Amino acid sequence: MSAPAPAAARPLAVADVARVGVLRRYGVWLAAAGALIVLPWIVRTGAAVPIMNQMGIAIVFALSFNMLLGQGGMLSFGHAVYFGLGGFIAAHALNLAGRGGLYLPVPLLPIVGGLGGLAFAALFGTFSTSRAGTVFSMVSLAVAELMAASSLIFDRFFGGEEGITTNRAKAPLLLGLEFTRDRQVYYLIAFWVFVAAVAMYAFSRTPVGRMANAVRDNPERAEFVGYSQRRVRYISFCAAGLFAGVAGGLFALNYEILTAENMGLNASGAVLLMTYIGGIGAFVGPVFGAIIFTFLQSMLSDYTGMWLLYVGILFLATVLWAPVGLAGIMMLHAPAWRAGRIGRLVAPYAVVGALGLVAAAGIIGLLEMIHVVIAADTPSGLKRMFWTTVNVRAVTSWLVFLALAAAGAAGLRWAGPRAATALGEANRPGASR
Amino acid sequence: MTQLIVFSILNGLVFGMLLFMLSSGLTLIFGMMGVLNFAHASFYMLGAYVAYTLGLRIGFWPALILAPLLVGLLGALIERHGLRRVHRFGHVAELIFTFGVAILIEEIVQLVWGRPAKSYQVPPSLDFPLFHLFGSAFPAYKAFMLVVAVAIFVFIFLILTRTRAGLIIQASLTHPGMVAMLGHNVPRVFMIVFGIGCGLAAVAGVIAGPVLGTFPGMALVLGSVVFVVVVVGGLGSLSGAFVASLLIGIVQTFAVALNISVGNVLMGLGVPAGASAALHDVWKVTVAQVAPILPYLLLVLVLMVRPTGLFGTRES
Repeated sequence: MSAPAPAAARPLAVADVARVGVLRRYGVWLAAAGALIVLPWIVRTGAAVPIMNQMGIAIVFALSFNMLLGQGGMLSFGHAVYFGLGGFIAAHALNLAGRGGLYLPVPLLPIVGGLGGLAFAALFGTFSTSRAGTVFSMVSLAVAELMAASSLIFDRFFGGEEGITTNRAKAPLLLGLEFTRDRQVYYLIAFWVFVAAVAMYAFSRTPVGRMANAVRDNPERAEFVGYSQRRVRYISFCAAGLFAGVAGGLFALNYEILTAENMGLNASGAVLLMTYIGGIGAFVGPVFGAIIFTFLQSMLSDYTGMWLLYVGILFLATVLWAPVGLAGIMMLHAPAWRAGRIGRLVAPYAVVGALGLVAAAGIIGLLEMIHVVIAADTPSGLKRMFWTTVNVRAVTSWLVFLALAAAGAAGLRWAGPRAATALGEANRPGASR
Repeated sequence: MTQLIVFSILNGLVFGMLLFMLSSGLTLIFGMMGVLNFAHASFYMLGAYVAYTLGLRIGFWPALILAPLLVGLLGALIERHGLRRVHRFGHVAELIFTFGVAILIEEIVQLVWGRPAKSYQVPPSLDFPLFHLFGSAFPAYKAFMLVVAVAIFVFIFLILTRTRAGLIIQASLTHPGMVAMLGHNVPRVFMIVFGIGCGLAAVAGVIAGPVLGTFPGMALVLGSVVFVVVVVGGLGSLSGAFVASLLIGIVQTFAVALNISVGNVLMGLGVPAGASAALHDVWKVTVAQVAPILPYLLLVLVLMVRPTGLFGTRES
């Protein structure tokens, strides 16, 4: 074991303890707040700020989804319902404020969205949360379908095909704050993302949040301790609806339009994808997932029409080989990091990474070539990819990509277990440096 | 009016039996493995597409046999190499896995067959009106759908109740440990049942493709309704799935055929016409518009009143 640190020789002053305590407890949050503030000044490409706005909305939405899935063990296929309803209510409220019927400054709009989401979650939660597991999932799906069908019926509220448009410039001002430029909107969204994330984290630390975990893991035992599992689920459900509504309000504020698609099955599926890829076991997981998903969505869609196929493959790979998600994988490395042995993993991970790239290149190449052949929109049969031109008509190009995919996959079968063993070694307590 | 009723019942029967073809496999898989296969309707879609492509080469009838076999094989492979892996992480993980498979199949179908609908046609040998009733024709193809569905129902029922294989399957439903002790390979039984379930879904796809359309969204259209059928009928109950399929098929067909609005109904009941703006949308809603909602309302109702479903014995 290492020798005691010299600082421990003298008694710690109260101020020291306080300082260390503050940094330890709130360091991550302070860093996150700092990052949110400086980000638009670091990433300066044209599309960066709108994409970051989109990420912020996705982060709140995914975090609220994980209140159900990760913390409560409830898999919802209709979480976008609360996002969308919150958004629609916020949009209508903003329109009302624009006509002078309501004093509602733009910065407070997410609160309206949140209340809307909460109201509907409180209503639908009464029958949704009576059971957990598969039945809960099915009811959430039914509610999503109900709302999708209702959106065709209630034209006035959902605006039919065109949706509801709104205009944040017409609302009254608060403290003279205007939101006309992208960056101003960014800071408003960043503020709400931060507040919502802190609030959701705080919720997970309350007794109710803890009981949600208990009910997830062992509902029977939670009942014996004296808690109604149904009640605990209902509270989690309402809280998740509230924050989904906040995200919906942010969406209304940012895009100034909402359509029925925003609360459809695809939107509900997207939030499941991003949350799971990020990792449902850690609070920060959905944040990673939302950032990655939004990034892929906006970047990949420039290059290929099949971006959802790639995200789907990533999702299935996560489910099969890394069900803990990205955040979970990072957490697995905490013991090795603390023991200072993370350096040993560089070599095996580099091998896995390289082989993974080879396999991915092979698979992507094959899929893109299939796309070219079937879509038949490039008569030359030549396709630009991987910084070179590939001839789809030539057998060689198929063989090359097939070989890449096969070699990468075979290599991963060999290197994967080795990397896992190396991680186990590095994580083993008490091993020498 | 009689014409409306007779034809609605006939069409409802056809649609209901189609739902049953899908839900029978789903409910069997659920009953055995506790897995609600989210991708079930995707296998239905794959069945239609594969049969369409095969049919161009070898004709409708060989494709009707071959496509379900191929799709069933694919299903068995997915069970063997995917689902079995995820099984140890619990039912929610399995549901998430099948959800991922559903997304992937939809994307692959779009990649391979493209986004526009395919013109998958009724085979010429069945493209004639079977009989005329009240001046309207009833197509022979719909009768064919009915026959296939009934045949499948009888077939499954006989296998499950009258054969040794059915005995093992039924025992694996309730006492997997004991069946394994007696020397049966329970995981393989699961794999086979999963494959057969997917194959049945593909049969439904092959014969529904020409009628309901063959397009990348066809899985989504029926997918949720099939879940409703399975939950309403009682998870794992074959007879429940049968009754619920017919119920939902007929109710939905009738609702679509009725062109009266909520306002009409209320006025018929003696409620004065409401002209208030807030209720205006509700007032002009026709029964046909409400039709897509009905199955989901039924699902919520059943789960509130009788969580085990109509014929089920357990909740999940």
